[in-house]
Amino acid sequence: MTITDRTASELLALQAAGDVSARAITDAFLAVIREREPTVQAFVQVDEAAARQQAEAVDAKRRAGAPLGPLAGVPVAVKDVLCTRGVRTTCSSRMLADYVPPYDAHVIERLRAADAVLIGKTNLDEFAMGSSTENSAFQVTRNPWDSTRIPGGSSGGSAAAVAAREAPLSLGTDTGGSIRQPASHCGIVGVKPTYGRVSRYGLVAFANSLDQIGPFARTVTDAARLLAVIAGHDARDSTSVDQSVPAYTQSLDQPLQNLRIGIPQEFLKTGLDAEVEAAVRAALREYQAQGATLVDVTLPHAAHHAIAVYYIVATAEASSNLARYDGMHFGHRTADKGDLIATMSRSRTEGFGPEVQRRIMLGTYALSSGYYDAYYLQAMKVRRLIAEEFATAFTQCDIIASPTSPTAAFPIGEKTADPLTMYLSDIYTISANLAGIPGVSLPCGFTSNGLPIGLQLLAPPFAEERLFRSARMYEAATDWHTRRPPL
Amino acid sequence: MSLSPEQVRKVAALARLELSPDQLTVMAGQLNRILDFVDQLQQVDTTGVEPMAHPIPVENVFREDAPRESLPTGEALANAPNRGGNFFAVPAVFSDE
Repeated sequence: MTITDRTASELLALQAAGDVSARAITDAFLAVIREREPTVQAFVQVDEAAARQQAEAVDAKRRAGAPLGPLAGVPVAVKDVLCTRGVRTTCSSRMLADYVPPYDAHVIERLRAADAVLIGKTNLDEFAMGSSTENSAFQVTRNPWDSTRIPGGSSGGSAAAVAAREAPLSLGTDTGGSIRQPASHCGIVGVKPTYGRVSRYGLVAFANSLDQIGPFARTVTDAARLLAVIAGHDARDSTSVDQSVPAYTQSLDQPLQNLRIGIPQEFLKTGLDAEVEAAVRAALREYQAQGATLVDVTLPHAAHHAIAVYYIVATAEASSNLARYDGMHFGHRTADKGDLIATMSRSRTEGFGPEVQRRIMLGTYALSSGYYDAYYLQAMKVRRLIAEEFATAFTQCDIIASPTSPTAAFPIGEKTADPLTMYLSDIYTISANLAGIPGVSLPCGFTSNGLPIGLQLLAPPFAEERLFRSARMYEAATDWHTRRPPL
Repeated sequence: MSLSPEQVRKVAALARLELSPDQLTVMAGQLNRILDFVDQLQQVDTTGVEPMAHPIPVENVFREDAPRESLPTGEALANAPNRGGNFFAVPAVFSDE
């Protein structure tokens, strides 16, 4: 088996046994990146020399007998919305094309402390706004399973990189499904942690009350490993929750007894692709074979109103967050001469792409005088109804299962002309962000075209351990995660 | 509710975005389609429901008001599009009019 087909867990074991060096591992992934990037285009930046240097430092530590971190010598790709000290952080936007942060995001500090090798920054929909990674100002990332299709988004680069074996692990962010949906479309595991589980310090904000950083991996165990490294309290994010992080990987292989799986009836109705539905139902039968019981639950507000709530709440928060990009302190400033307001407006218009402008407009309108009550306030009330609905459902079941996305990956260009159609593809993922609960997407089959299908599992706040154990139950009984894209 | 191109122009001004007349028309069409969809929220009975701004209970987090290390001036200015000495240089705030 080649190095790049190995999981992070295997790479750690191989290094510990002295069978391979961190440098050789990094070299192997860099070679795959060189070979496949012309097709996949997952990365916006790869600094080979810097990656090798980090790997050599890990090898030196090991030779010296120094203590090594939990991801020693394992390459990790990072969505380019996470600040990296001295390394450009663009958010795939012209606005930040030359922005070099003077500090590391909390999760980057954690990765460095864990002795991981930061192998590159990955492409995304500009400022994480999108479901296909087509909104990047720089490039369109391709789905490794079919290069005419989207990888999902907004963390499409991070998902495609792991699926294409360009990195064993990566980090993404999930505001309305931006980790789970690309994980589903790329046939890998993606986890959106509970809101507050991972510090957002150094994450360029899109919608603060929804954004959460999480891992991509090819296996549940690897995803758990990466979450264990980045989770935990950080005083620099006032919404970071001070609650201990369980040793996820230790309990992972213990199946849950008498697992009750809630099936939201409303999620299995209109708009669901027949092949996706069949794969998800087959996955549920596998759980039943392992002793789980299926429970009907009802999430009417989540099913019918989550997208509407989201596109008010997220755009309102975005319009406020993105007000900081005025061309004055950092980011793009127009070359045109004008007064202060004209310079700000021209800089923003030149710096932001169409989807970002659309969302700023929508959010500004929803918050504007005379419309606030009808839109933003009402959306916040329906948001509470959705959160309460989940809380009620979780009194009847331990986890909730559904498809991650109503269809497999769609062709590039199919939905770009119609923003609303693109928004509707996030139907199953968005409500978890509104409620703040954790979720995972894991591979559960393929369409007749060979495109991956994802199963979404949701759990109550801070029940990531339960999520990992239940995901592992299914993974251990299936081999979808071992398939390789035809690259 | 339906937005006219003139209303869209006002929102663009609030958002500090410059849209050409053609862009205003396209934006008005797209926003109206999204707003038509979002208007479904008006049908939800939210009588007595507290608005939820955050998914977890958030309370004020206090820390000691003590001096601590901060970003050196040079680093803070490193990304400035334009600088004059140790300051961010910006266009005149007041125009001549």
